Amino acid sequence: MTQADHYNYAFLDEGSKREIRRTTLKAIAIPGYQVPFGSRELPIGRGWGTGGIQLTLSLIGPEDTLKVIDQGSDESVNAVNIKKFIRLTTNADITTDTHKATLIQSRHRIPEIPLDENQILIFQVPIPEPLRIVEPREEVTKKMHAEKDYAPIWLQLYESLIRYGKVTIPTEYPCTVENRYIMNPSPIPKFDNPKLHQAKCLYLFGAGREKKIYAVPPYTDVVSLAFDDVPFERENFTGKCCRLCGSTNTYLDEMYDGETGERFYQCSDTSYCKEVRANANH
Amino acid sequence: MPITEKPVLQVKHLTVRYGKGCPLCGEHLEKNRCTVCGTVWAANDISLEVYPGEVLGIVGESGSGKSTMMQSLYFDLQPTSGEAFLSDYHEGTKNIWDASAAEKRTIKNCIMGMVYQNPVMGLRMEYSAASNIAEKLIAAGNREAGAMTERAKELLSAVEILTSRMGEAPKHFSGGMQQRVQISKALANNPAILLLDEVTTGLDLSVQAKVLDLIRRIKAEYGISILLVSHDHAVIRMLADRTIVMLDGKIIESGLTDQILEDPQQAYTQQLVHSLL
Repeated sequence: MTQADHYNYAFLDEGSKREIRRTTLKAIAIPGYQVPFGSRELPIGRGWGTGGIQLTLSLIGPEDTLKVIDQGSDESVNAVNIKKFIRLTTNADITTDTHKATLIQSRHRIPEIPLDENQILIFQVPIPEPLRIVEPREEVTKKMHAEKDYAPIWLQLYESLIRYGKVTIPTEYPCTVENRYIMNPSPIPKFDNPKLHQAKCLYLFGAGREKKIYAVPPYTDVVSLAFDDVPFERENFTGKCCRLCGSTNTYLDEMYDGETGERFYQCSDTSYCKEVRANANH
Repeated sequence: MPITEKPVLQVKHLTVRYGKGCPLCGEHLEKNRCTVCGTVWAANDISLEVYPGEVLGIVGESGSGKSTMMQSLYFDLQPTSGEAFLSDYHEGTKNIWDASAAEKRTIKNCIMGMVYQNPVMGLRMEYSAASNIAEKLIAAGNREAGAMTERAKELLSAVEILTSRMGEAPKHFSGGMQQRVQISKALANNPAILLLDEVTTGLDLSVQAKVLDLIRRIKAEYGISILLVSHDHAVIRMLADRTIVMLDGKIIESGLTDQILEDPQQAYTQQLVHSLL
């Protein structure tokens, strides 16, 4: 008897997984709309990726290969523990190779390698509501979405322009999905926002604490909010490159050496960085 | 006013009631409260009309229903019954209180402008003065940041606030400046009618004078219709073409401002006017 045999397959009971899958289907049917669901208890604290884990557990099957990343890294504590937990309850194959993965659970990054039709990217979402920053009441934000009353979030962007001369929102940059709902793309850097637009893969967003699931189906329009005369801008890494692989077109983490005082940059997506280095060595 | 002219705003039988009401309400009112069922009639069967370019003054003691009427018109509270028509909304054929939430937002942002007695109610104190003006423009569908900034500059200059301070939050401004930012915000989309609720109350005399000058200038330059609520008869005398007097939620007298202030017909109006002159 393996350890996995002590648990129901993928930990959750079959009824729970069905309910989450039904919710997911509704979310796919209404791109960008936050669908409430009965978030289950897990052996992990809410706020530590329980929304993403429940989506992963409801979807994973024996044929799947799972990759879990945390801020781009395959080896961080959150990613390693989630992988261990899912492996323990499913015996699923685990990989760090983006190409091989069928399911990718991510905390706050989209891999640099473009995903294809056979892949699903699952985001862990702390605050699914893009309007929360301007309106604390849930019943009001629901009405605002229903009536497409998004003026306050535009005002937030304008205020940023007036105060700082540019839009300074670094992550959770709001975007419009299929010209209908404004969506919080989870705390991915705005560098990743354009990857949501007309992507080949399915993006799923799970917020366990807030009990919401939403989705961006393949080939969906996702447009980051921008004024007509102030275009959307991603982080600019001009003149910088990864110190390990030399990439200049990826999202770079800024590192600081306390002893030498040196600043350097490194790919946030560790598996992509490794792949570039491996290809260079061949 | 010429009788043929179409009113910008027409209010018919506006009633705002707190309580269920009873068959005896009409006969047993003590001030505006029913002694039988305790229902308060904050506004009781109010009808009025405001014509293009006209300033209609509303006077009355505290609790007479002036602000209740203004708040009903600006959708801050839903009236119990009554109708209101705006010439710019379905050409005055549809009751604004029956409008959908989206239509009400359009009316608030594009057809009407409101200046509250307390600037906290009308401004986002944490946002910059420019953003407060842009809020109205964004709500009206504007998505050009440069054009909105130019409009904010224009309006802030018109109310004599330095454009160099447009990036500052109104919470750092004086009471008079806050009131002027509110006025510029209310004017952002060139509304057909401006609702001014006790805009000079609480301001010192020199600031009051500035705000009144500004309103007079707006009236002359923009030709906007104004519904002006004030306790201060000097304000009414200076600005209003016609005046209505309210008491206990009802209109008890109306007429040309000079007529109301010089030759009041009702005992209450006489008392009100003489107590202040």
